[in-house]
Amino acid sequence: MKNPIENLNKTFDSRIRLGIMSALMVNTSVNFNQLKELIQVTDGNLASHIKALEDSGYIKIQKGFIGKKTNTVYSVTKAGEKAFRVHLDALEKMIKNI
Amino acid sequence: MNATQKLSNELHDIKKMMEQSSRFISLSGLSGIAAGVCALIGAWFANNFIGRDEVVLTRQSVNSPDSILHGDFINSRILQIAFITFVAAFLSAFIFTYRRSKKTNVPIWGTTAKRLMINVSVPMIAGGIFLLALIKDGVYDFVAPGCLIFYGLGVLNASKYTLHETRYLGYCEIILGLICLYFPGDGLYFWAAGFGILHIVYGVFMWLKYERN
Repeated sequence: MKNPIENLNKTFDSRIRLGIMSALMVNTSVNFNQLKELIQVTDGNLASHIKALEDSGYIKIQKGFIGKKTNTVYSVTKAGEKAFRVHLDALEKMIKNI
Repeated sequence: MNATQKLSNELHDIKKMMEQSSRFISLSGLSGIAAGVCALIGAWFANNFIGRDEVVLTRQSVNSPDSILHGDFINSRILQIAFITFVAAFLSAFIFTYRRSKKTNVPIWGTTAKRLMINVSVPMIAGGIFLLALIKDGVYDFVAPGCLIFYGLGVLNASKYTLHETRYLGYCEIILGLICLYFPGDGLYFWAAGFGILHIVYGVFMWLKYERN
């Protein structure tokens, strides 16, 4: 039998990254402050995890303005959506196997 | 065993994030209080200026369909008061939720807000048209319970897209509306309790729980 851990994605191996991906999966786009409030992390911490996900090509970033304030919104890419679904399936299988 | 725990925590977190990010969380408790106060003021006006001479929302109106009210409800003072009350309640509720959305940095007209509005509106608009049809036929007994029941259904429906506790407001409005069906003469009191007092109680509870700090 195939080891389900193989399908677990290392990129999602953090509560913060899981949070970012979960929020983006059910919303067309989410901005930085919404993510911060949802996941309850510091700016720097969130930014570094976002960077990691962006580097993997799982999320995309759009910078804009609301008045004079910058408003950066994030959305999930096709690749990100697929990778996250595979990761969720793997998690599910692991639970069933235990 | 520990691994299962960790996994299920992880899945729980994912589910929580998906839910939270797809709900409109800026709904302010103060909005509930403001809307409730408007409703009480509206009910007070209705009771004072109209309740005495025009016997609206009482059993008599059914027994005498030829009363002055019949056919002229659209121009009646009670409908004007109801309309002004609705606009005032809506605006004041909007102001507090708008302020909160500024604070929480969630756009007031985002996806979650739109979903919330559509889901609260559908049962309410359907109910409104239904009640207007009853009014047209001179049946006033069901106006107050109808308002409460349809509003309750709207709130219950919309509660999936905002803070969980909102559904208890929906349940309470529905129950109150159903009880009101059996007290046809006291529609206005039930209306005041449902739209006034329940909103204020709900608003205070939500404010204490989410906004006090």
